[in-house]
Amino acid sequence: MSVEQFVNEAVSPWMKEEGEDSDIVLSSRIRFARNLAQVPFPTSRNEEDLSRVLEYVEQEFNNQSFKSFKQFELIKMNELKPIEKRVLVEKHLISPHLAENNNVGGVLISHNEQASIMVNEEDHLRIQVYYSGFELDKALKNALDLDDWIEERIQFAFDERRGYLTSCPTNVGTGMRASVMMHLPALTMTKQMNQIIPEINKLGLVVRGIYGEGSEALGQLYQVSNQLTLGKSEEEIVNDLSSIVRQLINSERKAREWIVNQLGIQLENRIFRSYGILTHSRIIESKEAQKCISDVRLGIELGLIEGVSRQTINELMVFTQPGFLQQYAKKTLTPHERDIFRADLIRERLQLENNN
Amino acid sequence: MKCQRCEQNEATMHYTQVVNGEKTEVHLCNQCADKEGYMNFHNNGLSIHQFLTSMFPFDQPMSQKQSIQSHTTLQCDHCGLTYDEFRNKGKFGCNHCYEAFEPYLNPIFKRVHSGNERHVGKIPKRAGGNLHKQREMDKLKHELVQLIEKEAFEDAAQVRDRIKALREEIESEKGGDV
Repeated sequence: MSVEQFVNEAVSPWMKEEGEDSDIVLSSRIRFARNLAQVPFPTSRNEEDLSRVLEYVEQEFNNQSFKSFKQFELIKMNELKPIEKRVLVEKHLISPHLAENNNVGGVLISHNEQASIMVNEEDHLRIQVYYSGFELDKALKNALDLDDWIEERIQFAFDERRGYLTSCPTNVGTGMRASVMMHLPALTMTKQMNQIIPEINKLGLVVRGIYGEGSEALGQLYQVSNQLTLGKSEEEIVNDLSSIVRQLINSERKAREWIVNQLGIQLENRIFRSYGILTHSRIIESKEAQKCISDVRLGIELGLIEGVSRQTINELMVFTQPGFLQQYAKKTLTPHERDIFRADLIRERLQLENNN
Repeated sequence: MKCQRCEQNEATMHYTQVVNGEKTEVHLCNQCADKEGYMNFHNNGLSIHQFLTSMFPFDQPMSQKQSIQSHTTLQCDHCGLTYDEFRNKGKFGCNHCYEAFEPYLNPIFKRVHSGNERHVGKIPKRAGGNLHKQREMDKLKHELVQLIEKEAFEDAAQVRDRIKALREEIESEKGGDV
Protein backbone atom coordinates (compact mmCIF):
# COMPACT_ATOMS: atom_id res chain seq x y z
CA MET A 1 0.00 0.00 0.00
CA SER A 2 1.69 3.16 -1.11
CA VAL A 3 -1.05 5.70 -0.70
CA GLU A 4 1.60 7.74 1.15
CA GLN A 5 3.22 8.62 -2.14
CA PHE A 6 0.00 10.13 -3.43
CA VAL A 7 -0.85 12.09 -0.30
CA ASN A 8 2.57 13.35 0.78
CA GLU A 9 3.56 15.30 -2.31
CA ALA A 10 1.59 18.50 -2.89
CA VAL A 11 2.33 18.64 -6.58
CA SER A 12 1.62 15.70 -8.87
CA PRO A 13 4.60 14.71 -11.02
CA TRP A 14 2.75 15.63 -14.25
CA MET A 15 2.30 19.21 -13.03
CA LYS A 16 6.04 19.72 -13.14
CA GLU A 17 6.07 19.54 -16.91
CA GLU A 18 5.29 22.72 -18.76
CA GLY A 19 2.62 22.57 -21.46
CA GLU A 20 1.46 25.09 -24.04
CA ASP A 21 0.26 28.52 -22.91
CA SER A 22 0.96 27.70 -19.29
CA ASP A 23 1.05 31.41 -18.41
CA ILE A 24 -2.76 31.18 -18.60
CA VAL A 25 -3.82 27.55 -18.83
CA LEU A 26 -2.89 25.51 -15.76
CA SER A 27 -4.11 22.12 -16.87
CA SER A 28 -6.15 20.19 -19.44
CA ARG A 29 -8.28 17.21 -18.51
CA ILE A 30 -10.23 14.55 -20.41
CA ARG A 31 -12.67 12.30 -18.57
CA PHE A 32 -14.67 9.34 -19.90
CA ALA A 33 -17.67 7.83 -18.10
CA ARG A 34 -17.93 4.09 -18.73
CA ASN A 35 -20.07 1.26 -17.39
CA LEU A 36 -19.86 -2.50 -17.47
CA ALA A 37 -22.50 -4.03 -19.70
CA GLN A 38 -23.60 -6.78 -17.32
CA VAL A 39 -23.89 -4.95 -13.99
CA PRO A 40 -26.45 -2.35 -12.80
CA PHE A 41 -25.00 1.16 -12.48
CA PRO A 42 -23.63 2.35 -9.12
CA THR A 43 -26.79 4.48 -8.83
CA SER A 44 -28.69 1.23 -8.13
CA ARG A 45 -26.65 0.89 -4.92
CA ASN A 46 -26.42 -2.88 -5.12
CA GLU A 47 -23.30 -3.29 -3.00
CA GLU A 48 -22.86 -6.96 -3.78
CA ASP A 49 -22.66 -6.34 -7.53
CA LEU A 50 -20.52 -3.27 -7.10
CA SER A 51 -17.98 -4.94 -4.84
CA ARG A 52 -17.59 -7.57 -7.57
CA VAL A 53 -16.81 -4.77 -10.04
CA LEU A 54 -14.16 -3.42 -7.68
CA GLU A 55 -12.66 -6.90 -7.20
CA TYR A 56 -12.58 -7.45 -10.95
CA VAL A 57 -10.85 -4.13 -11.57
CA GLU A 58 -8.32 -4.93 -8.85
CA GLN A 59 -7.61 -8.35 -10.31
CA GLU A 60 -7.25 -7.08 -13.89
CA PHE A 61 -5.55 -3.72 -13.48
CA ASN A 62 -3.81 -3.43 -10.13
CA ASN A 63 -0.03 -3.12 -10.65
CA GLN A 64 -0.48 -3.24 -14.43
CA SER A 65 1.40 -0.77 -16.62
CA PHE A 66 0.22 1.04 -19.70
CA LYS A 67 2.40 3.16 -21.96
CA SER A 68 3.49 6.54 -20.60
CA PHE A 69 1.17 6.22 -17.62
CA LYS A 70 3.34 3.40 -16.24
CA GLN A 71 2.06 1.39 -13.32
CA PHE A 72 -1.44 1.70 -11.89
CA GLU A 73 -2.19 1.18 -8.24
CA LEU A 74 -5.63 0.40 -6.85
CA ILE A 75 -6.65 2.22 -3.68
CA LYS A 76 -9.88 1.26 -1.95
CA MET A 77 -11.91 4.02 -0.34
CA ASN A 78 -12.72 2.02 2.81
CA GLU A 79 -9.00 1.58 3.49
CA LEU A 80 -8.35 5.32 3.60
CA LYS A 81 -8.44 7.72 6.53
CA PRO A 82 -10.75 10.72 6.01
CA ILE A 83 -7.74 13.04 5.81
CA GLU A 84 -6.15 10.93 3.08
CA LYS A 85 -9.35 11.01 1.05
CA ARG A 86 -9.45 14.76 1.44
CA VAL A 87 -5.94 15.15 0.08
CA LEU A 88 -6.80 12.97 -2.93
CA VAL A 89 -9.81 15.24 -3.56
CA GLU A 90 -7.67 18.37 -3.27
CA LYS A 91 -5.28 16.90 -5.82
CA HIS A 92 -8.26 16.12 -8.09
CA LEU A 93 -7.38 12.42 -8.13
CA ILE A 94 -10.84 11.50 -6.81
CA SER A 95 -14.15 13.36 -6.64
CA PRO A 96 -15.83 14.48 -3.41
CA HIS A 97 -18.70 12.14 -4.34
CA LEU A 98 -16.41 9.10 -4.37
CA ALA A 99 -14.79 10.13 -1.09
CA GLU A 100 -18.04 10.76 0.76
CA ASN A 101 -20.37 7.84 0.57
CA ASN A 102 -18.65 4.77 -0.56
CA ASN A 103 -17.92 1.32 0.80
CA VAL A 104 -17.36 -0.13 -2.63
CA GLY A 105 -15.48 2.73 -4.25
CA GLY A 106 -11.89 2.70 -5.35
CA VAL A 107 -9.44 4.44 -7.60
CA LEU A 108 -6.65 3.29 -9.88
CA ILE A 109 -3.94 5.92 -9.91
CA SER A 110 -1.03 5.87 -12.32
CA HIS A 111 2.43 6.25 -10.85
CA ASN A 112 2.87 9.75 -12.30
CA GLU A 113 -0.69 10.68 -11.19
CA GLN A 114 -1.48 11.66 -14.75
CA ALA A 115 -4.30 9.16 -15.01
CA SER A 116 -6.83 8.17 -12.39
CA ILE A 117 -9.68 5.74 -12.88
CA MET A 118 -12.41 6.00 -10.29
CA VAL A 119 -14.36 2.82 -9.65
CA ASN A 120 -18.04 2.91 -8.60
CA GLU A 121 -18.41 6.65 -8.59
CA GLU A 122 -21.64 7.63 -10.38
CA ASP A 123 -20.58 5.28 -13.18
CA HIS A 124 -18.61 2.05 -12.82
CA LEU A 125 -15.54 3.72 -14.29
CA ARG A 126 -14.53 7.33 -14.59
CA ILE A 127 -11.32 7.43 -16.61
CA GLN A 128 -9.48 10.72 -16.45
CA VAL A 129 -6.14 12.07 -17.60
CA TYR A 130 -4.46 15.38 -16.83
CA TYR A 131 -1.86 17.35 -18.73
CA SER A 132 -0.08 20.52 -17.74
CA GLY A 133 -0.93 23.59 -19.83
CA PHE A 134 -3.19 23.79 -22.89
CA GLU A 135 -2.80 20.23 -24.19
CA LEU A 136 -6.32 19.04 -24.96
CA ASP A 137 -5.38 17.19 -28.15
CA LYS A 138 -2.64 15.27 -26.46
CA ALA A 139 -4.91 14.54 -23.50
CA LEU A 140 -7.66 13.26 -25.80
CA LYS A 141 -5.34 10.99 -27.74
CA ASN A 142 -3.88 9.42 -24.63
CA ALA A 143 -7.25 9.12 -22.91
CA LEU A 144 -8.64 7.29 -25.96
CA ASP A 145 -5.67 4.91 -25.88
CA LEU A 146 -6.18 4.28 -22.18
CA ASP A 147 -9.87 3.65 -22.82
CA ASP A 148 -8.96 1.07 -25.51
CA TRP A 149 -6.61 -0.66 -23.12
CA ILE A 150 -9.33 -0.97 -20.46
CA GLU A 151 -11.84 -2.12 -23.03
CA GLU A 152 -9.63 -5.10 -23.84
CA ARG A 153 -10.68 -6.59 -20.52
CA ILE A 154 -14.09 -5.03 -19.90
CA GLN A 155 -17.19 -5.03 -22.05
CA PHE A 156 -18.69 -1.56 -21.88
CA ALA A 157 -22.39 -0.75 -21.93
CA PHE A 158 -22.81 0.68 -25.42
CA ASP A 159 -25.72 1.29 -27.75
CA GLU A 160 -25.39 2.00 -31.44
CA ARG A 161 -27.78 4.91 -31.32
CA ARG A 162 -27.08 6.34 -27.85
CA GLY A 163 -23.38 5.61 -27.56
CA TYR A 164 -21.81 4.88 -24.19
CA LEU A 165 -24.58 4.39 -21.65
CA THR A 166 -24.16 6.31 -18.41
CA SER A 167 -26.06 6.80 -15.15
CA CYS A 168 -26.82 10.40 -15.94
CA PRO A 169 -28.44 11.54 -19.20
CA THR A 170 -26.01 14.46 -19.26
CA ASN A 171 -23.09 12.12 -19.98
CA VAL A 172 -24.61 9.73 -22.52
CA GLY A 173 -22.97 9.42 -25.95
CA THR A 174 -19.27 10.05 -25.74
CA GLY A 175 -19.33 10.02 -21.94
CA MET A 176 -16.67 12.66 -22.28
CA ARG A 177 -16.01 15.78 -20.28
CA ALA A 178 -13.10 17.85 -21.56
CA SER A 179 -11.99 20.73 -19.40
CA VAL A 180 -9.24 23.25 -18.93
CA MET A 181 -8.32 25.21 -15.84
CA MET A 182 -7.50 28.82 -16.63
CA HIS A 183 -6.07 31.73 -14.67
CA LEU A 184 -7.87 34.86 -15.91
CA PRO A 185 -6.98 37.69 -13.54
CA ALA A 186 -7.03 40.52 -16.11
CA LEU A 187 -10.41 39.53 -17.59
CA THR A 188 -11.74 39.29 -14.05
CA MET A 189 -10.30 42.64 -12.96
CA THR A 190 -11.76 44.38 -16.01
CA LYS A 191 -15.10 42.70 -15.21
CA GLN A 192 -15.36 41.08 -18.60
CA MET A 193 -15.98 37.60 -17.27
CA ASN A 194 -19.54 38.67 -16.42
CA GLN A 195 -20.20 39.21 -20.12
CA ILE A 196 -18.15 36.32 -21.45
CA ILE A 197 -19.57 33.57 -19.25
CA PRO A 198 -23.19 33.80 -20.51
CA GLU A 199 -21.97 33.86 -24.14
CA ILE A 200 -19.92 30.74 -23.69
CA ASN A 201 -22.80 29.03 -21.92
CA LYS A 202 -24.92 29.44 -25.05
CA LEU A 203 -22.56 27.14 -26.94
CA GLY A 204 -22.94 24.03 -24.90
CA LEU A 205 -19.84 24.92 -22.90
CA VAL A 206 -19.67 25.79 -19.22
CA VAL A 207 -17.44 28.23 -17.37
CA ARG A 208 -17.33 28.17 -13.63
CA GLY A 209 -15.10 29.53 -10.93
CA ILE A 210 -12.95 26.84 -9.38
CA TYR A 211 -13.33 28.15 -5.87
CA GLY A 212 -16.21 30.44 -4.98
CA GLU A 213 -19.27 31.26 -7.03
CA GLY A 214 -19.65 32.09 -10.71
CA SER A 215 -17.83 35.17 -11.87
CA GLU A 216 -16.57 35.90 -8.37
CA ALA A 217 -14.07 33.12 -8.77
CA LEU A 218 -11.65 33.02 -5.90
CA GLY A 219 -8.08 33.00 -7.07
CA GLN A 220 -9.40 34.04 -10.49
CA LEU A 221 -9.31 30.45 -11.63
CA TYR A 222 -11.95 29.17 -14.02
CA GLN A 223 -12.80 25.80 -15.42
CA VAL A 224 -14.11 25.70 -18.99
CA SER A 225 -15.69 22.44 -20.11
CA ASN A 226 -18.15 20.93 -22.56
CA GLN A 227 -21.76 20.37 -21.52
CA LEU A 228 -22.91 18.43 -24.53
CA THR A 229 -21.85 14.79 -24.93
CA LEU A 230 -24.29 13.50 -27.56
CA GLY A 231 -24.37 14.21 -31.28
CA LYS A 232 -20.76 15.25 -31.68
CA SER A 233 -17.59 13.22 -31.86
CA GLU A 234 -14.89 13.45 -29.22
CA GLU A 235 -12.67 15.36 -31.66
CA GLU A 236 -15.41 17.85 -32.54
CA ILE A 237 -16.12 18.52 -28.88
CA VAL A 238 -12.44 19.08 -28.17
CA ASN A 239 -12.09 21.35 -31.23
CA ASP A 240 -15.05 23.49 -30.15
CA LEU A 241 -13.69 23.78 -26.64
CA SER A 242 -10.19 24.52 -27.90
CA SER A 243 -11.32 27.39 -30.12
CA ILE A 244 -13.07 29.04 -27.17
CA VAL A 245 -10.06 28.52 -24.93
CA ARG A 246 -7.88 30.04 -27.64
CA GLN A 247 -10.19 33.09 -27.71
CA LEU A 248 -10.05 33.40 -23.94
CA ILE A 249 -6.26 33.19 -23.97
CA ASN A 250 -6.05 35.98 -26.56
CA SER A 251 -8.52 38.16 -24.68
CA GLU A 252 -6.70 37.61 -21.40
CA ARG A 253 -3.38 38.54 -23.01
CA LYS A 254 -4.88 41.76 -24.39
CA ALA A 255 -6.49 42.54 -21.07
CA ARG A 256 -3.16 41.99 -19.30
CA GLU A 257 -1.49 44.43 -21.65
CA TRP A 258 -4.25 46.89 -21.01
CA ILE A 259 -4.13 46.74 -17.23
CA VAL A 260 -0.35 47.15 -17.32
CA ASN A 261 -0.72 50.30 -19.43
CA GLN A 262 -3.73 51.73 -17.66
CA LEU A 263 -3.05 50.87 -14.05
CA GLY A 264 0.75 51.04 -14.08
CA ILE A 265 2.06 51.53 -10.57
CA GLN A 266 -1.32 50.68 -9.05
CA LEU A 267 -1.14 47.21 -10.51
CA GLU A 268 2.43 46.83 -9.33
CA ASN A 269 1.35 48.02 -5.91
CA ARG A 270 -1.41 45.43 -5.73
CA ILE A 271 0.88 42.60 -6.83
CA PHE A 272 3.73 43.47 -4.50
CA ARG A 273 1.39 43.99 -1.56
CA SER A 274 0.08 40.50 -2.10
CA TYR A 275 3.62 39.20 -2.36
CA GLY A 276 4.41 41.01 0.88
CA ILE A 277 1.48 39.38 2.64
CA LEU A 278 2.54 35.91 1.51
CA THR A 279 6.15 36.42 2.54
CA HIS A 280 5.43 38.07 5.90
CA SER A 281 2.07 37.18 7.36
CA ARG A 282 1.80 35.02 10.49
CA ILE A 283 -1.87 34.13 10.10
CA ILE A 284 -3.55 33.74 6.73
CA GLU A 285 -6.99 32.43 5.79
CA SER A 286 -7.50 30.25 2.76
CA LYS A 287 -9.45 32.97 0.91
CA GLU A 288 -6.81 35.63 1.39
CA ALA A 289 -4.07 33.20 0.46
CA GLN A 290 -5.84 32.34 -2.80
CA LYS A 291 -6.24 35.99 -3.71
CA CYS A 292 -2.60 36.80 -2.97
CA ILE A 293 -1.34 33.72 -4.81
CA SER A 294 -3.36 34.79 -7.85
CA ASP A 295 -1.81 38.28 -7.75
CA VAL A 296 1.69 36.87 -7.38
CA ARG A 297 1.11 34.44 -10.24
CA LEU A 298 0.13 37.40 -12.42
CA GLY A 299 3.21 39.28 -11.18
CA ILE A 300 5.42 36.40 -12.28
CA GLU A 301 3.80 36.21 -15.72
CA LEU A 302 4.15 39.97 -16.20
CA GLY A 303 7.83 39.79 -15.27
CA LEU A 304 7.33 41.98 -12.20
CA ILE A 305 8.25 39.30 -9.68
CA GLU A 306 11.44 37.44 -10.35
CA GLY A 307 12.92 34.45 -8.63
CA VAL A 308 9.63 32.67 -7.94
CA SER A 309 8.66 29.88 -10.31
CA ARG A 310 5.21 28.85 -11.56
CA GLN A 311 6.01 25.54 -10.01
CA THR A 312 6.18 27.06 -6.54
CA ILE A 313 2.90 28.87 -7.10
CA ASN A 314 1.21 25.61 -8.08
CA GLU A 315 2.57 24.06 -4.92
CA LEU A 316 1.26 26.92 -2.78
CA MET A 317 -2.19 26.49 -4.31
CA VAL A 318 -2.38 22.97 -2.97
CA PHE A 319 -0.76 23.95 0.35
CA THR A 320 -3.50 26.43 1.10
CA GLN A 321 -6.14 23.72 1.23
CA PRO A 322 -7.21 22.35 4.62
CA GLY A 323 -6.72 18.63 3.88
CA PHE A 324 -3.19 18.93 2.69
CA LEU A 325 -2.21 21.23 5.55
CA GLN A 326 -3.32 18.67 8.10
CA GLN A 327 -1.69 15.82 6.26
CA TYR A 328 1.51 17.83 6.32
CA ALA A 329 1.14 18.74 10.00
CA LYS A 330 0.45 15.05 10.74
CA LYS A 331 -2.43 16.01 13.00
CA THR A 332 -5.88 17.55 13.04
CA LEU A 333 -5.78 21.33 13.24
CA THR A 334 -8.42 23.79 14.37
CA PRO A 335 -9.24 26.45 11.76
CA HIS A 336 -7.14 28.99 13.65
CA GLU A 337 -4.17 26.63 13.87
CA ARG A 338 -4.56 25.96 10.17
CA ASP A 339 -4.31 29.66 9.34
CA ILE A 340 -1.08 29.91 11.34
CA PHE A 341 0.37 26.76 9.85
CA ARG A 342 -0.61 27.88 6.34
CA ALA A 343 1.18 31.22 6.82
CA ASP A 344 4.28 29.39 8.10
CA LEU A 345 4.36 27.00 5.16
CA ILE A 346 3.91 29.72 2.56
CA ARG A 347 6.59 31.89 4.15
CA GLU A 348 9.07 29.05 4.36
CA ARG A 349 8.41 27.94 0.81
CA LEU A 350 8.94 31.42 -0.63
CA GLN A 351 12.05 31.97 1.49
CA LEU A 352 13.51 28.72 0.21
CA GLU A 353 12.86 29.93 -3.30
CA ASN A 354 14.62 33.24 -2.68
CA ASN A 355 17.70 31.57 -1.26
CA ASN A 356 18.13 29.40 -4.31
CA MET B 1 -27.46 50.18 -17.29
CA LYS B 2 -27.00 53.19 -19.58
CA CYS B 3 -23.64 54.56 -20.68
CA GLN B 4 -22.36 57.35 -18.42
CA ARG B 5 -21.05 59.45 -21.27
CA CYS B 6 -23.71 59.47 -23.97
CA GLU B 7 -26.55 58.36 -21.67
CA GLN B 8 -28.16 56.63 -24.62
CA ASN B 9 -26.59 53.28 -25.37
CA GLU B 10 -26.44 50.32 -23.07
CA ALA B 11 -23.14 50.26 -21.16
CA THR B 12 -21.08 47.24 -22.09
CA MET B 13 -17.80 48.13 -20.44
CA HIS B 14 -17.60 48.20 -16.69
CA TYR B 15 -14.54 48.72 -14.60
CA THR B 16 -13.31 50.11 -11.38
CA GLN B 17 -10.76 52.88 -11.44
CA VAL B 18 -8.71 53.79 -8.39
CA VAL B 19 -6.98 57.17 -8.53
CA ASN B 20 -5.11 58.29 -5.41
CA GLY B 21 -7.19 55.94 -3.32
CA GLU B 22 -10.43 57.33 -4.81
CA LYS B 23 -12.51 54.50 -6.22
CA THR B 24 -14.77 55.21 -9.19
CA GLU B 25 -16.94 52.81 -11.16
CA VAL B 26 -16.93 53.46 -14.91
CA HIS B 27 -19.74 52.25 -17.17
CA LEU B 28 -19.53 53.00 -20.88
CA CYS B 29 -20.94 51.81 -24.18
CA ASN B 30 -18.56 50.54 -26.89
CA GLN B 31 -18.48 53.78 -28.89
CA CYS B 32 -17.80 55.98 -25.89
CA ALA B 33 -15.21 53.57 -24.56
CA ASP B 34 -13.48 53.94 -27.93
CA LYS B 35 -13.59 57.71 -27.80
CA GLU B 36 -12.41 57.79 -24.21
CA GLY B 37 -9.51 55.57 -25.18
CA TYR B 38 -10.43 52.72 -22.87
CA MET B 39 -9.65 49.19 -23.70
CA ASN B 40 -11.31 48.01 -26.81
CA PHE B 41 -11.93 44.38 -27.42
CA HIS B 42 -14.02 44.89 -30.50
CA ASN B 43 -11.48 46.68 -32.64
CA ASN B 44 -10.91 43.81 -35.04
CA GLY B 45 -14.63 43.69 -35.73
CA LEU B 46 -14.99 40.31 -34.09
CA SER B 47 -16.52 40.32 -30.66
CA ILE B 48 -16.55 37.16 -28.65
CA HIS B 49 -20.31 37.16 -29.00
CA GLN B 50 -20.21 37.29 -32.78
CA PHE B 51 -17.50 34.71 -32.94
CA LEU B 52 -19.35 32.31 -30.72
CA THR B 53 -22.78 32.64 -32.27
CA SER B 54 -21.53 32.24 -35.80
CA MET B 55 -19.95 28.96 -34.84
CA PHE B 56 -23.28 27.53 -33.82
CA PRO B 57 -25.85 28.28 -36.49
CA PHE B 58 -28.37 25.92 -34.90
CA ASP B 59 -28.17 27.50 -31.51
CA GLN B 60 -31.87 28.22 -31.17
CA PRO B 61 -33.72 27.79 -27.94
CA MET B 62 -36.03 24.80 -27.80
CA SER B 63 -39.24 26.75 -27.93
CA GLN B 64 -41.94 24.25 -27.20
CA LYS B 65 -41.63 22.77 -23.75
CA GLN B 66 -41.74 19.05 -24.15
CA SER B 67 -44.25 17.57 -21.83
CA ILE B 68 -43.45 14.09 -20.70
CA GLN B 69 -46.27 12.09 -19.32
CA SER B 70 -45.60 10.38 -16.09
CA HIS B 71 -46.20 6.66 -16.31
CA THR B 72 -46.15 4.97 -12.94
CA THR B 73 -46.52 1.59 -14.59
CA LEU B 74 -43.38 1.89 -16.71
CA GLN B 75 -40.54 -0.01 -15.08
CA CYS B 76 -37.16 -1.46 -16.02
CA ASP B 77 -37.28 -5.27 -15.88
CA HIS B 78 -33.65 -5.59 -14.95
CA CYS B 79 -33.04 -3.19 -12.08
CA GLY B 80 -36.63 -2.40 -11.13
CA LEU B 81 -36.33 1.37 -11.52
CA THR B 82 -39.68 2.98 -12.39
CA TYR B 83 -40.01 5.81 -14.85
CA ASP B 84 -41.17 8.10 -12.05
CA GLU B 85 -38.09 7.33 -10.00
CA PHE B 86 -35.95 8.03 -13.04
CA ARG B 87 -37.64 11.39 -13.50
CA ASN B 88 -37.21 12.33 -9.86
CA LYS B 89 -33.60 11.27 -9.51
CA GLY B 90 -32.54 12.07 -13.05
CA LYS B 91 -30.36 8.94 -13.11
CA PHE B 92 -30.70 5.59 -14.84
CA GLY B 93 -30.33 2.41 -12.78
CA CYS B 94 -28.75 0.18 -15.43
CA ASN B 95 -28.13 -0.01 -19.18
CA HIS B 96 -31.50 -1.73 -19.74
CA CYS B 97 -33.34 1.35 -18.45
CA TYR B 98 -32.45 2.94 -21.80
CA GLU B 99 -34.63 0.35 -23.58
CA ALA B 100 -37.38 0.43 -20.97
CA PHE B 101 -37.83 4.20 -21.11
CA GLU B 102 -36.95 4.53 -24.78
CA PRO B 103 -40.20 6.24 -25.90
CA TYR B 104 -39.58 9.11 -23.48
CA LEU B 105 -35.86 9.65 -23.95
CA ASN B 106 -35.60 11.68 -27.15
CA PRO B 107 -37.07 14.87 -25.69
CA ILE B 108 -34.82 14.55 -22.63
CA PHE B 109 -31.66 14.00 -24.63
CA LYS B 110 -32.57 16.76 -27.06
CA ARG B 111 -33.06 19.20 -24.23
CA VAL B 112 -29.78 18.29 -22.54
CA HIS B 113 -27.67 17.96 -25.69
CA SER B 114 -28.79 20.90 -27.84
CA GLY B 115 -31.21 18.94 -29.97
CA ASN B 116 -29.07 15.85 -30.48
CA GLU B 117 -30.26 12.32 -29.85
CA ARG B 118 -27.80 10.19 -31.79
CA HIS B 119 -24.22 9.22 -30.92
CA VAL B 120 -21.60 9.95 -33.56
CA GLY B 121 -18.43 9.52 -31.50
CA LYS B 122 -16.21 6.63 -30.56
CA ILE B 123 -17.33 3.04 -31.01
CA PRO B 124 -15.87 0.40 -28.69
CA LYS B 125 -14.08 -2.36 -30.57
CA ARG B 126 -15.96 -5.14 -28.80
CA ALA B 127 -19.57 -4.02 -28.56
CA GLY B 128 -19.38 -2.09 -31.78
CA GLY B 129 -19.56 -5.14 -34.11
CA ASN B 130 -19.32 -4.02 -37.74
CA LEU B 131 -20.46 -0.54 -36.75
CA HIS B 132 -16.98 0.76 -37.45
CA LYS B 133 -17.27 -0.36 -41.05
CA GLN B 134 -20.80 1.00 -41.37
CA ARG B 135 -19.56 4.39 -40.19
CA GLU B 136 -16.66 4.24 -42.62
CA MET B 137 -19.18 3.40 -45.35
CA ASP B 138 -21.36 6.41 -44.48
CA LYS B 139 -18.32 8.62 -44.59
CA LEU B 140 -17.20 7.31 -47.97
CA LYS B 141 -20.68 7.70 -49.47
CA HIS B 142 -20.74 11.29 -48.28
CA GLU B 143 -17.30 11.85 -49.79
CA LEU B 144 -18.43 10.32 -53.09
CA VAL B 145 -21.36 12.72 -53.41
CA GLN B 146 -19.10 15.68 -52.75
CA LEU B 147 -16.51 14.53 -55.30
CA ILE B 148 -19.15 14.04 -57.97
CA GLU B 149 -20.52 17.52 -57.27
CA LYS B 150 -17.00 18.88 -57.75
CA GLU B 151 -16.73 16.78 -60.91
CA ALA B 152 -13.57 15.14 -59.57
CA PHE B 153 -14.41 11.89 -61.30
CA GLU B 154 -11.05 10.19 -60.99
CA ASP B 155 -11.06 10.55 -57.21
CA ALA B 156 -14.71 9.57 -57.16
CA ALA B 157 -13.93 6.33 -58.96
CA GLN B 158 -11.37 5.46 -56.32
CA VAL B 159 -13.82 6.15 -53.51
CA ARG B 160 -16.43 4.06 -55.33
CA ASP B 161 -14.01 1.13 -55.44
CA ARG B 162 -13.33 1.46 -51.73
CA ILE B 163 -17.07 1.45 -51.02
CA LYS B 164 -17.43 -1.69 -53.09
CA ALA B 165 -14.62 -3.44 -51.25
CA LEU B 166 -16.00 -2.41 -47.88
CA ARG B 167 -19.48 -3.62 -48.80
CA GLU B 168 -18.09 -7.01 -49.76
CA GLU B 169 -16.25 -7.18 -46.44
CA ILE B 170 -19.42 -6.44 -44.50
CA GLU B 171 -21.40 -8.97 -46.55
CA SER B 172 -18.80 -11.73 -46.06
CA GLU B 173 -18.80 -11.12 -42.29
CA LYS B 174 -22.54 -11.47 -42.18
CA GLY B 175 -22.24 -14.77 -44.04
CA GLY B 176 -19.61 -15.95 -41.60
CA ASP B 177 -21.98 -15.59 -38.70
CA VAL B 178 -24.39 -18.23 -39.96
